[in-house]
Amino acid sequence: MDETLKELGVHVKESLPDAVEEVIVSYGELTLVASAPEVIKVLTFLRDDPSCRFVSFIDICGVDWPQREKRFDVVYHLLSPTLNARIRIKVETDETTPVASATSVFAGAFWFEREAFDMYGILFSGHPELRRILTDYGFDGYPLRKDFPTTGLVEVRYDDERKRVVYEPVKLAQEFRSFDFLSPWEGPDYVLPGDEKATTPKAG
Amino acid sequence: MNAPGKIDPNVRNFQINFGPQHPAAHGVLRLILELDGEIVERVDPHIGLLHRGTEKLIEAKTYLQAVPYFDRLDYVAPMNQEHAFCLAIERMLDITVPKRGQLIRVLYSEIGRILSHMLNVTTQALDVGALTPPLWGFEEREKLMMFYERASGSRMHAAYFRPGGVHQDLPRALVEDILAWTKTFPGFMDDLEGLLTDNRIFKQRNVDIGIVSLEDAWAWGFSGVMVRGSGAAWDLRKSQPYECYDELEFDIPIGKNCDNYDRYCIRMEEMRQSAQIMRQCCERLLKEAGPVSAVDNKIVPPKRGEMKRSMEALIHHFKLYTEGFHVPAGEVYAAVEAPKGEFGVYLVADGTNKPYRCKIRAPGFAHLQAMDFLCRGYMLADISAILGSLDIVFGEVDR
Repeated sequence: MDETLKELGVHVKESLPDAVEEVIVSYGELTLVASAPEVIKVLTFLRDDPSCRFVSFIDICGVDWPQREKRFDVVYHLLSPTLNARIRIKVETDETTPVASATSVFAGAFWFEREAFDMYGILFSGHPELRRILTDYGFDGYPLRKDFPTTGLVEVRYDDERKRVVYEPVKLAQEFRSFDFLSPWEGPDYVLPGDEKATTPKAG
Repeated sequence: MNAPGKIDPNVRNFQINFGPQHPAAHGVLRLILELDGEIVERVDPHIGLLHRGTEKLIEAKTYLQAVPYFDRLDYVAPMNQEHAFCLAIERMLDITVPKRGQLIRVLYSEIGRILSHMLNVTTQALDVGALTPPLWGFEEREKLMMFYERASGSRMHAAYFRPGGVHQDLPRALVEDILAWTKTFPGFMDDLEGLLTDNRIFKQRNVDIGIVSLEDAWAWGFSGVMVRGSGAAWDLRKSQPYECYDELEFDIPIGKNCDNYDRYCIRMEEMRQSAQIMRQCCERLLKEAGPVSAVDNKIVPPKRGEMKRSMEALIHHFKLYTEGFHVPAGEVYAAVEAPKGEFGVYLVADGTNKPYRCKIRAPGFAHLQAMDFLCRGYMLADISAILGSLDIVFGEVDR
């Protein structure tokens, strides 16, 4: 299985040498790392090439890596019913650089790109209607970014005086609890309380 | 038809709101319809009214704590969703589920399929004007939910599939009862088909409505019944078998007219096939004993009895329910043939005890986005028939 996927990956890379940067096979899955401006070329090739036929559109989603310079991964999943194989294409982008919309290749990319825009603020150029999809009307912010708080920023309630639903900054009766269960012996990259005394030189 | 020059300038297209509180919207769907008379010109679905931020919440939970969120996606067939998530974790951790665990998973996935198809077929009949089918069908669903409850303690939100296997073994009496049920079920299906399959009104509302060609179906990201209705012999249980589906005997029904009625027929046949799979599972479960989950104590919590006697088991239990297990860094996409289509989980792990990113690929989301494409040019009354045939549940569409 891995061998055929590897061959398939090499075939794509040889056909599009300047668009495909890397071919990875892990956990029995084939991943192509593509350059962002060429992604439409890669998707079209995968769909139309007679030895690929990745005609079935599966998914587009974003992944946020805030410490990277280009913080977003845009991940495409396709399926080839002829080969009975799946493929994943990854491109990198940031908050301001748009990725070409895949709606011209796969009609189904329509809502998936809207969702990636809604959740991460990833821009897609050439998308027919790039507006929010899952969040509330008038929502502000991109909820799946790692720097967006899980508790959100606003809360709603019905105001009896004004006879309508009002939005207010979120007030928590109890702080959102996020426990650090990672064992202190194996891994945390912060200094444990009290440990700073062990390394800092004694004053005076 | 009017000649182009004779259009009355005083006649305008009509825009109406369908939902969010409309019984035929199958939940909280708001459709903005542009109508020319009774002809639908444009459909703009507004979704997200049931958005709960599941993906964000999962990122803040350990792998085990994330499992119950999957029940709440497609709440009509909860365990099928858990299945995809467990498969993703298992693939990254490289653990195999023992045979008995696999059989139980298949058994309950098929119960989920019948639960979902039964709801869909009967409520779609309700949408086109038949009241009796849902009343009959829900009685059967109730029996199946009892099986859910007897296995997991909960009728719907089971959290029964766990990474490594299932939570607990099934009592023998339960397996016998399920086996007995699979023998009565075909008779019930005959009754239900008697109500609908040749029903004149049902056929008038569904035959040649909602036609989608196979090429379009693939490009729109359709899966499951939606592509099988368009003639593709494609079912993940056959083509990319997971668990022990390759050892079980069942057939995949395929449509050829690409319309609502074919999809209805496929769902009916799939229910019969599911009952057959369940029968095979029950027969094997009665014969073959064994563990129901992997024995790796670093991933699967120990049984309660062990904890009372073994210090090590107690430590494992404590560690697994506080810290949880760590999943090596990497990414994986695991998909199952959920009743509604391909339900996938794209999991990115960073080596800690929490998922870094968990994208839930819901089949209903891909199906619903094609509403505009499917409904253009049909009549207003066909909207609810097409929507019913897409099999939408908002838990998974909005996530």
